[in-house]
Amino acid sequence: MINGNLKATYGADERVLNNRNKQMFVFGSIILLALFPLFADDYSVLMACKMGILLIAVVGVNVLTGYTGLVSLGHGAFVAIGAYSTVIFSNLFSGLPTGILPFIVVPMAIAVSALTGIIVGLPSLRVKGLYLAVATLAASFIVKFLIEQDLFAPWTGGIVGIDTPVPSLLGWELDNKREMYVLITALALGTMLAAQNLFRTRVGRAFIAIRDRDYSAEILGISLLRYKLMSFAISAGYCGLSGALGAYFFARILPEQFGLDLSLELVAALIVGGMGRTLGPLFGVVVVMLVPELIKISMAAATGGSLELARYTGPVQEIVFGLLLVFFLLKEPLGINQITDRILRSANRWPFARG
Amino acid sequence: MLSISDLYLSFGGIKALQGVSFDAKAGEITGVIGPNGAGKTSLFNAISGFYAPNRGTVTFDGSDITGISPDKRASLGMARTFQNIALFRGMTVLDNIKLGGHTRLNTGLFSSFKYFGSARREELELRRDIEERVIDFLEIDHIRKYPITMLSYGLQKRVELARALAMKPRVLLLDEPVAGMNREETADMARFILDVQEQFGTTILLVEHDMHMVMDICSHIVVLNFGQQIASGTPAEVSQNPAVIEAYLGAAA
Repeated sequence: MINGNLKATYGADERVLNNRNKQMFVFGSIILLALFPLFADDYSVLMACKMGILLIAVVGVNVLTGYTGLVSLGHGAFVAIGAYSTVIFSNLFSGLPTGILPFIVVPMAIAVSALTGIIVGLPSLRVKGLYLAVATLAASFIVKFLIEQDLFAPWTGGIVGIDTPVPSLLGWELDNKREMYVLITALALGTMLAAQNLFRTRVGRAFIAIRDRDYSAEILGISLLRYKLMSFAISAGYCGLSGALGAYFFARILPEQFGLDLSLELVAALIVGGMGRTLGPLFGVVVVMLVPELIKISMAAATGGSLELARYTGPVQEIVFGLLLVFFLLKEPLGINQITDRILRSANRWPFARG
Repeated sequence: MLSISDLYLSFGGIKALQGVSFDAKAGEITGVIGPNGAGKTSLFNAISGFYAPNRGTVTFDGSDITGISPDKRASLGMARTFQNIALFRGMTVLDNIKLGGHTRLNTGLFSSFKYFGSARREELELRRDIEERVIDFLEIDHIRKYPITMLSYGLQKRVELARALAMKPRVLLLDEPVAGMNREETADMARFILDVQEQFGTTILLVEHDMHMVMDICSHIVVLNFGQQIASGTPAEVSQNPAVIEAYLGAAA
C-alpha cells in the first residue's frame, strides 16, 4: 500500500513488527514496564501484578473464544485448578528443594488445567454458541463446588481457603510484590508472544479457520476434533498458569475468588479489548481493572469520603461501570484494538490520506 | 483416479442419488451437469465425505475412501471449492491460501509457540511456494494482503481456487466455479482451470450450469437428473443424447 513500506524478502514481510510505528510501540512499552517498579508506589505495583495475572488468563480465553470461536463461561474454573494445583502439589512435594519446586509444580498445574480443559471441551464437538457457553458454565460451578467440599478440605482448605507458598526460583525468594511484578510481567509478555506466534503458524491458522467456516476447514484437512480440543487445552493451560501465579501472588486463596464472576470478567475483558486480536486482551484488562479504580477515586472525591454515603457508592460504581461498557460496545463493537488499529494505520500513512 | 461406483444416497424419502457410477480419468477434466435438484452437489458432498452414501463406493487412486472423514481425504490429495464461496472471511487472502498448505506442514504446538527455528523455516518455505506456484499463477498478487470481504465475487472465487491449489491436490472438485460470473470472468476462470490441468496434471471434476464452458473444457461429461445418471460420454455424445435433451428442454411434442 502507499506508505513506502515495501519488503524485499518474504522473511521481512512475515515479521510481526513490520513497520517502525509498531516497533516503537512495543519496545517503548517494554521499557516503560521495566522502569515502572522503580518509580511506582506499592499500590500501583499491586494493581499491575493483578492485571498481569488476569491478562494471562484473558490471552487464554482469546485463543478459544477470539480465535477458535468457541464461547466459554467456565474459564474461571481453569484458573482455580491452576491455583489449587500449585498449592496442593507444593504441599505434596514439600520434600524437594524449594528453589526448583516452582519449575516442577507450575508445569504440572498447567498440565492439570489443560487436561481438564480437554474434558470440558468435549461438548464443543456437538454444540456451538450459546449451548456451548451453558455447557462450560457447568465447569465453573462444579470445580468451585468440589473445592468447597469438606471431603477435599485436607488438600484444598475447603470454604475457608488455604495459605499459599512463597515461590523461590533457584534460591531467589519472591517474597515482595516488586519481585513478583518482575516474574508476572515477564510471563505475561512471554505468553502474549507465544500466542502471537501460534497464529503465525499452521496450528493457529487452523483455529481461525474453524471459527470462520468449520466445514471449509475440514475440507482443507483440519480435524475439528483434534483442533477444537487443542484450543481448549491451550486456553485452559494459559488460565492454569494465571492461577499458579495468582497462588504465588496472594497469601491465601479462597474458592469464591474463582466463581462465575471471574469467568465473566475474563470474557468481558476480551470483548472490550477486541476478540481475536493479539493486543485485545491487554487493552481489555487495562479497562476492566483501571476504570473501576478511576470510578472509585472520583466517587470518593465527589462524596468527600463520607461514610454515610459509602453504602451507596459501591453499587453505584458497578452501575456506572456497566453503563460505560454498554456505551463503549455500542460505539466500538470490535473493541479497543480497533481504535488503536485506526490510529496506527493513519500514523503509517502519514502524511497521506487517512483511511 | 477417482471412481464412483453405484452410489445411492437418500434423505428420508428424498432419493438424492440413485446408482451413480463413473470414473474421473487421471489428468482429465470431467464435468457433472444436470438441472437444478439433480443431485450434483449431493454427489460432491458424498465424494468429499460430508454425506455418507447408503450404498456404493468412492475409490480414490485404487483405495476405497467411502467411510473416511473429509479431513483425511484432504491429506490423500483431494481438494474442493464450494458453490457458495466458503472462504475464511476474517483473514487476508494470503492467510486463506496458506491454510491450503495445512496438511503439508508439520509444525507442532510447541514449535509454534516458539516460532523461531523450524516453524519459521517451514512458514517461509510455504510462503515462497504459494507465491511462486499459486499467487503468481492465478494473477492475484495485487490483492494478497486484502481481507476477503474487500474482494469482488469473481476474485473471491479465484482465491478459493488458489486455496485449493495450495494443497497440491491430485484431484480437484470444483462446485460451480463460474456461477454468477459475467462472461469475462467466466472466460478467465475457464482459462485458469485449463491451465491447472495442463501445468499440474491435476484430475478435475467439476459441476457447472454454464453449458458452453462445460462443453468447451471437459473431456468427459456425466449427466444427472433427479438423482439418476441419464447419460455419460464425450461432450459431442452427450449433447446428441435424446434423454439429455429431454431433461433440459422437455420432450418433443
